[in-house]
Amino acid sequence: MNKYGKFAILMAIIVGSLGFLAYSGIQGSTTYYKTITELHQMGNAAQIRHVRVGGDVQSNSIVHNAGVVTFNLTQVNPDGAKQILRVAYEGRDPLPDTFRDGAQALADGHLGTDGVFHASEIQAKCASKYAPKPGMAPDQLQPGAKPAQTNSMRSSL
Amino acid sequence: MENLGALALLLAFCICLYAIVASVVGRVRHKPFLALSGERAVLAVWFLITSAAGILIYSLMTGDMRMAYVASHTNRAMPLFYKFSAWWGGQEGSLLFWSWILSTYGAVVVITGRGKHRVLMPWVVSILSTVQLFFLILNAFVVSPFQVLALDKVVTSVPDGMGLNPLLQYWAMVIHPPMLYLGYVGFAVPFAFAMASLISKAPGDSWIHTTRRWTIVTWLFQGTGIMLGSAWAYHVLGWGGYWMWDPVENASLLPWLAATAFLHSVMMQEKKGMMKVWNMVLIGATFFLCIYGTFLTRSGIISSVHAFAESPIGKYFVGFLALGIAATLWLILDRLDYLKSEAELESVVSRESSFLFNNLILLASCFAVLWGTMFPVLSEKFSTEKISLDAIWFNRLMVPIGLFLLFLTGVGPLFAWRRTSMESLRKNFQWPGVGMLVVVAALYAGGMRYPYSIISLGLCFFVTATIVMEFFRGSKAINEKTKVGVIPAMIELTHRNTRRYGGYLVHMGIVLMFIGWSGHPFNQTAVGEVNRGDSMKVGAYTLKVVDLTQGETADYQWDTAILDVSKNGKPLGTLEPTRRFYKIAQQGTAEVALRTRLNEDLYINFAARNGDKATLQAYVFPLVTWIWVGVVVLIFGTFVCLVPSKVARSYPRTEVVGIAKTNVPVKV
Repeated sequence: MNKYGKFAILMAIIVGSLGFLAYSGIQGSTTYYKTITELHQMGNAAQIRHVRVGGDVQSNSIVHNAGVVTFNLTQVNPDGAKQILRVAYEGRDPLPDTFRDGAQALADGHLGTDGVFHASEIQAKCASKYAPKPGMAPDQLQPGAKPAQTNSMRSSL
Repeated sequence: MENLGALALLLAFCICLYAIVASVVGRVRHKPFLALSGERAVLAVWFLITSAAGILIYSLMTGDMRMAYVASHTNRAMPLFYKFSAWWGGQEGSLLFWSWILSTYGAVVVITGRGKHRVLMPWVVSILSTVQLFFLILNAFVVSPFQVLALDKVVTSVPDGMGLNPLLQYWAMVIHPPMLYLGYVGFAVPFAFAMASLISKAPGDSWIHTTRRWTIVTWLFQGTGIMLGSAWAYHVLGWGGYWMWDPVENASLLPWLAATAFLHSVMMQEKKGMMKVWNMVLIGATFFLCIYGTFLTRSGIISSVHAFAESPIGKYFVGFLALGIAATLWLILDRLDYLKSEAELESVVSRESSFLFNNLILLASCFAVLWGTMFPVLSEKFSTEKISLDAIWFNRLMVPIGLFLLFLTGVGPLFAWRRTSMESLRKNFQWPGVGMLVVVAALYAGGMRYPYSIISLGLCFFVTATIVMEFFRGSKAINEKTKVGVIPAMIELTHRNTRRYGGYLVHMGIVLMFIGWSGHPFNQTAVGEVNRGDSMKVGAYTLKVVDLTQGETADYQWDTAILDVSKNGKPLGTLEPTRRFYKIAQQGTAEVALRTRLNEDLYINFAARNGDKATLQAYVFPLVTWIWVGVVVLIFGTFVCLVPSKVARSYPRTEVVGIAKTNVPVKV
């Protein structure tokens, strides 16, 4: 066999086995991103799949009780309707330091038959602190007046 | 003040535009003075951006709370050090920082290169300025750092700012972003030289010689930046992880992988005149992956724990990437004749082929990471469901890739150029191979049952043995001649060919990191709610809570658990994990207690306190320290590579003599 044939075969083996690993690995390590609204609409499928759902942690909704932390995730739809999801965190690791009232949180887990979302992992970032949404700037101040040279709008502070 | 800063950025934008036009026109119309003015313009741009940055830093340091950027990223109580680092703590400031580094690199290139590269320089200037222009557009028109707060169009200020996230108030986190940026931005220079040589069809590989050292330094910055981030996560976040395949981590890894591939394959071009097209593609890929990484971090298209705020700059990046990649591809395709290979592959068992496989694997891993990172976006496009792949998927793919690379690290450098004889294979690999099998058998007999860890440690032994043999063989010859002793002979050997032996040291650093990673399956964890006076166990360790104390500073309140630690009954002293709660940020942070030894780390996080009860998370991480040791060795090895070799080397392309000069034991 000529040398290029050998190269081709070796490369095909390498690329092929990596492709196989990548493809077969997709089963069992996927997480579906859902909004709270979508989660409510999914029905029974939501109870089987591993889902990641995001929202804001509702103020004063965090309850610590016997190793389980429950809280409400909220999300405001474009039509103004407020969606609420009750989340129970039963994971072993303590919650991240950034997790607190008003933080943006991502919960990984699945929806239980009781309608409560059972999370095994929580990620949080206090986005409100670093980038208040328009109208949420400190002391109701809004970035408005700018140096004459810039006339662009900022969507976040 | 802020008006001056904004004005400086606007002027920089105009002059940058001028630099592009003047360089291109000056080069094409053969007007050297016009081209020269383009070079000078680069210096002017640097001066203006530096002024703007100076004004921003001054505002940060003095706490000018009228400015939106200052108010949202500092507060008055913050130490000056962190106030300064707030320059790169937020979106607007860090983009200015990006611009500033690029302009500094541009100025350095102009000052050091103008004597040497009269032909290339105008093109280099115009390409660097084009990139600069893009970032100046963002700085001046899209996300200006010089915006002031206003209420009903009246400029106003806030009493105090919001401060820097306390999690980021850690030394590694202060130097991690600048390191990464130095890496991200630095790849623009080799890219500019490569493209300039393509545009001007400059003969030879002068761009490689000019930018090789530059690429290594940039690669080092990028790698150090990544590892600092990793070290920060390990020491600060309180769960002992150092890598979680988060999109932003991946974004920084991608250009590093591509650059690693480039650093290897470029040797093929230098010594054999092969893979020229491929190198162009790689340097282009590295540069655009850097831009892509910057984009990923800032656009908010993929949710990540790091992420800056979602912002409108995403579409600018997409446009820039699309145009840039299209232009680069067109340029490469148009100049294919100029990139003809000067030699052919001769054998599967040769240095050339090991480089080829090294590149294939690095690129495959790059593609895999990119694919996994973009999967949520891709799946949303093609199946309407947004699906993310978690760390299990990445590890499943990247662990075998890493092990294969480790294997190549061992065999590649010992293969001869062109082809390797059986005899040389036997001579080079007999003892390391036997040793590896012995190590694997011993580990298995010792009860280790994780195949990846066993293979990894076996390969680590194999690669170490080959590297040590190389040093010994080379130094033996010198020692026999000069009788200076083994160690001085090794130093002499390294000094004679710093690239080769520095490279071995870098490989050694990688081996040590693999040793650290091999310990991962043996991690032990325990979480417990412990009363004062009670104890808990993790692995062989017993932790007794002697006392719980608390106190307060101006910045934060703290709780400390004082623990008596013993291992198998033998007392080891006290550890004091602390929990802080920052008042202004209303956020807690962990001050982890660590007992670091080369065999294992004991890692204790004081997770929460409830009256007399402390929630403790305790971990035992075997071998993890070797990762950080490996990083240090890698950095040291890279520095050795940068020292000029004592013996000047040239690589005659057509002669086989070139091989013998590189000290490879050849049996042709």
